[in-house]
Amino acid sequence: MIFKIFQASEVETLFELLSVNRIVGPVEKGRHVNGSTLYDFDVVYDFKDLKLDYGQTIHSAKNYFLPYRENLCTFTFENNDWQKHVDFGAYQAHVFFGLHPCDINALNKLDKVLMGDLYPNPFYGAKRSNMFIVGHSCLPTPSCFCHSMGADSVLGGFDLFLTRMEDEYMAEVRSARAYHILERLETREATHEDHLLFRKTASEKRSLFTCEVDTSDLTKILDMEFESEVWKEWGDRCLSCGTCANVCPTCYCYGVEQEVNMDFSHARKVKQLYSCNLVDFAEVAGGHNFRPESSTRLKYRYYHKHRGFVEAYEESLCVGCGRCGEACLADITVPEVIASVRGSEK
Amino acid sequence: MMDNKLQFIDLADSRGLKNDRPGIAHFEYSYKAEITNVYPLTATEKLYQIQIIDPKERENFNFKPGQFVMLELPGIGEAPFSISSSPIRHGDLELCIRGVGKMTNFLDRVQRGTRVGISGPFGTHFPVDKMMGNDILLIAGGLGIVPLRSPIMSVLENRSRYGRVDIIYGAREPLELLFTYQYGMWKQFDINLDIIVDKADDKWTGPVGLITEILQKRIDSGSYDDFRKKTYAIVCGPPVMFQFVCDMLTRAGLPMERMFVSLERRMHCGRGKCCRCNIGSTYTCIEGPVFDYWSVLNLKEAI
Repeated sequence: MIFKIFQASEVETLFELLSVNRIVGPVEKGRHVNGSTLYDFDVVYDFKDLKLDYGQTIHSAKNYFLPYRENLCTFTFENNDWQKHVDFGAYQAHVFFGLHPCDINALNKLDKVLMGDLYPNPFYGAKRSNMFIVGHSCLPTPSCFCHSMGADSVLGGFDLFLTRMEDEYMAEVRSARAYHILERLETREATHEDHLLFRKTASEKRSLFTCEVDTSDLTKILDMEFESEVWKEWGDRCLSCGTCANVCPTCYCYGVEQEVNMDFSHARKVKQLYSCNLVDFAEVAGGHNFRPESSTRLKYRYYHKHRGFVEAYEESLCVGCGRCGEACLADITVPEVIASVRGSEK
Repeated sequence: MMDNKLQFIDLADSRGLKNDRPGIAHFEYSYKAEITNVYPLTATEKLYQIQIIDPKERENFNFKPGQFVMLELPGIGEAPFSISSSPIRHGDLELCIRGVGKMTNFLDRVQRGTRVGISGPFGTHFPVDKMMGNDILLIAGGLGIVPLRSPIMSVLENRSRYGRVDIIYGAREPLELLFTYQYGMWKQFDINLDIIVDKADDKWTGPVGLITEILQKRIDSGSYDDFRKKTYAIVCGPPVMFQFVCDMLTRAGLPMERMFVSLERRMHCGRGKCCRCNIGSTYTCIEGPVFDYWSVLNLKEAI
């Protein structure tokens, strides 16, 4: 692994060098009622708009690689026959500037499901193969629990990772493309002092977490507490609106619908991201619903994230970004739900 | 400045699906097929004969009993259906479908000659090869006979390789019985066919009651040892049936790993991506739809 040090002000040069491409990064999106600034990912045209000191964005960046709505194919109808046309919907490379470790970890987890050996999804793959990722270090917000989920640092899946250390950046270079771009900045080699400073910065960050989740033996505990009353209590609070899945960086489930043109000459097959909390998620033709109560749907969400995925890939599907808790209209947060299932509420 | 422009990587030359790597380029590929014939079986179910048009694709379409396909009606929808025909017929498929939702009600009105899309085969299968040399007990309730017809055909075609074969089939009423035209043939192949209905009509002369009553008779006529050592069971039916039947079979001595069930779930992709069919986080489309009973017991909310 190669490390480089550069002045914090050089990050603008880096942005300018990359700006011949489409850059997606954190920008300001307005104010919360409590006065704090709201951030979200958007296309950035001017370095002044890029807010690298953001706490957390409202949504993850998934709309750029797992669009909320996406055409899977179009059909043309002619002479009692049809033709199918498939387009993976990727036309240019994107630079993602300023992703936090949680969001890069989320991509790495999605890769396991969507780009694995079994039916790899080319719609995701086409976009994922055309991403240049510049990660950026962060400080925990009150709702972050990435540390508990092992997602507070990231080992790969990016081109460049920038850790802010006082008025300099330590850059971790993970691709030749990133290396060549850094050659055009004023950088220096990292010294022993820089290494020490890096460790100090990391431990300072760790000390700032205020929110925690105890994940020890969680897969077993979730199985033992499958019939627990707490699920019903959370289910009664849950509005089954699907907002949590909307903002989640790792929720990938979807539904497919087909639409026919008014003149019957064309049809489209449209994929739309869905949520397992929505009432008809597991309803089959004929009306039988395998998860009719909101409590069983909420429980399923936790089982998928914290148990099933762990069994399959030895890691949780949750990265602890805290977005779902912030967005939830009923104030349901992952740390509280898991603590109650463990029977360790404060 | 232009050398900072990132080169666009065109994954698998995506636009034309002309790539040799079937994995990625064929994700959204469906074989073009034609509905060659439609037989009404009951008032609500029809048997659709669907043939993959390209002879090479048809010949190379290999499936095992218990697997399913995604049937696509362009502009209307796509849904999973168990294959009801024999595997030796390759891409000359038979699907038995009840008109119950938006897509199947549309299908109910299509005429032969309609062109549809088929993708698959997907999912796990009944291990009919492993079952050779053993007795086989097939238990179906209602529409559960549909995924069982493929293993039944497979057993018929290799009759000498299996021991005693029993089919126990329960339906609500005689008019709902499927594949009635084939019962004579099944019996000629030395298969014991027992049918029971919940509610008889004027013409019904067979037994009336629950499927478990017939099953009890079958269990009483065999020995515990045979159940323990040389019997395989295949069970498919409505969710309530599984527990009763599987418990009875377990008590009769049948080991859980020799009892197979086929589960139904909603699916939008069939390829382990949409999550709609998940039980816990087990994908029914990949690890199922055929599970052994031991796996089912370990899945929360499976039956």
